[in-house]
Amino acid sequence: MAAAVALLVGVLFATGLYLLLGRSLLRQIIGLALLSHAANVVLLLSAGLRGTPPIVTPGGGPYTDPLPQALILTAIVIAFGVTAFLLALGYRMHLFGEADDDER
Amino acid sequence: MSASLLAALPTVPILVPLLAAVALLPGPPPAPRRLVSLVGVVVTLAAGIALVVVTASGRVLPVQAGGWAAPFGITLVADSLAALMVLISGLVALVGLLFTLAAGREDRYVAAGWLFLLAGVDWAFLTGDLFNLYVAYEVMLMASYFLLTHGTTRARAREAFGYVAINLLASTFFLFAVALLYSATGTLNMAQLAERVPQAAPGPVRAAATMLLLAFGTKAAIFPLFFWLPHAYAIPPGGVAAFFGGMLTKVGVYSLFRVFTIVFRSDGPDPLLLWSAAGTMLLGVLGALAQDDIRRILSFHIISQVGYMLMGLALASQLGVTGGIFYILHHIVVKVGLLLVGGAIEESQGTGRLDQLSGLARTNGALALVFLICALSLAGVPPFSGFWAKLLLIRAGLEADQPGIVAVSVVVSVLTLMSMMKIYGGAFWGPGAPRRAPARLVLPAALLACVTVAVGLQARVLHDLSATAAGHLTAPVTYINTVLRR
Repeated sequence: MAAAVALLVGVLFATGLYLLLGRSLLRQIIGLALLSHAANVVLLLSAGLRGTPPIVTPGGGPYTDPLPQALILTAIVIAFGVTAFLLALGYRMHLFGEADDDER
Repeated sequence: MSASLLAALPTVPILVPLLAAVALLPGPPPAPRRLVSLVGVVVTLAAGIALVVVTASGRVLPVQAGGWAAPFGITLVADSLAALMVLISGLVALVGLLFTLAAGREDRYVAAGWLFLLAGVDWAFLTGDLFNLYVAYEVMLMASYFLLTHGTTRARAREAFGYVAINLLASTFFLFAVALLYSATGTLNMAQLAERVPQAAPGPVRAAATMLLLAFGTKAAIFPLFFWLPHAYAIPPGGVAAFFGGMLTKVGVYSLFRVFTIVFRSDGPDPLLLWSAAGTMLLGVLGALAQDDIRRILSFHIISQVGYMLMGLALASQLGVTGGIFYILHHIVVKVGLLLVGGAIEESQGTGRLDQLSGLARTNGALALVFLICALSLAGVPPFSGFWAKLLLIRAGLEADQPGIVAVSVVVSVLTLMSMMKIYGGAFWGPGAPRRAPARLVLPAALLACVTVAVGLQARVLHDLSATAAGHLTAPVTYINTVLRR
């Protein structure tokens, strides 16, 4: 399972980097979003994928570590904010007539 | 000072600017807005002074937010280094805000962004936890994105996009490193990381260290990751550029100092960091020599100067780290002073291009004097603060038996002086009678020039503070035990 998830991280990162290196603004923004998703999945992996949900019950356990999920939640919110900012900036550049470098 | 007040002191530089920024969001009328932003910045500065006084004896002040003990809660730690950085950030924020007000560039958006930026910067200095450092970075960067693109034009938007993209990429590497370290050690508290990293599996730890070096190195603009800086710092108006140029890269440098001493300890000079320091110094100053715009020359010098700080860290000795910390503090004062002089020239003459400026010394004597003091201090001429900073680093380099980096640092000093004289010769000498810059634009930079003279004449005070700060980094026993309450 961990190997499959690790592969997913690789695919996400490679796709993100490929899009980031393109000339179109929208592709770059999507690329950056994919890169932060890759980081979130790595965070999920960092505590391992084993264990039951961390709601303490008598005789329960072993539980998974809930901390990485808290970290991911924070990271998602931050990535959301930055992506929204980038989209707004990209829209402004589109209004300036410079959003897409493809045609030059 | 009472115990409970003392325990709350490290939260003041984060909470006060944050609350002031939130109060500014609805857009109050100009008079109360200026009052709130100035009070927010002054209180932060006062808290910085109090923190330096309290920690000067080597005391470490931890705060466990919400009463959750380390390593489980959110820990803030004010040691000597963090206190000094908070103090200098308050000073820079105040001086920069005074300049922005004097230049008439302050509005409701700038005021709020300014305080959010200050809160993020001080949070990064005071946090004792790697993930909180990431969050602090993002708070700081979000405010910087905003200040950078505020009142944007076509060309600025393009440069700003690159700045946001490179910082987001660096933050992604930061998160990767956080995940790797957590899986290898099971903690993100820096004090506990310091204990566990030496025992952890070397593979993930080495990978995490590399990624942190990439992430912090990009933000600190070290060789070969500095390419974004001159573009980004050419965008905003003078006061904002001074705040950016003084503090933002230094947060990256501070993180390098914090993490690559306490968490990843090295036994001797680190060849990778030494090469990077040499490259940063040389390419920064060579880039500066090729420019003919005051702002761009000064931006390249930020890069070059980061090389000196990195040299102190790379030497990894008590003396080297002391010199590095002294250099950071000296550099922030002098560089912000220079950027504000550049800003005053841009505001009063309408351009910062050397081929369009001439004869400023004739009509702007005070401005010329302030520039000269800061420029000579930057180059390392006695009796200003830059001389002592470089002396410490050169001595540390010779003691560590690294003549190569010492030679580079001396050559770069000469080149720095050369490019400062290029600005002086181009803008201040020559014929012509350019407009006089109003005194309110010169005053903020003059204040910083006084600081560099004072530090130069009383170098022992700052040296002793830097040595205490360096002691917590090179031998972090007190830091670890205080944070983990042993």
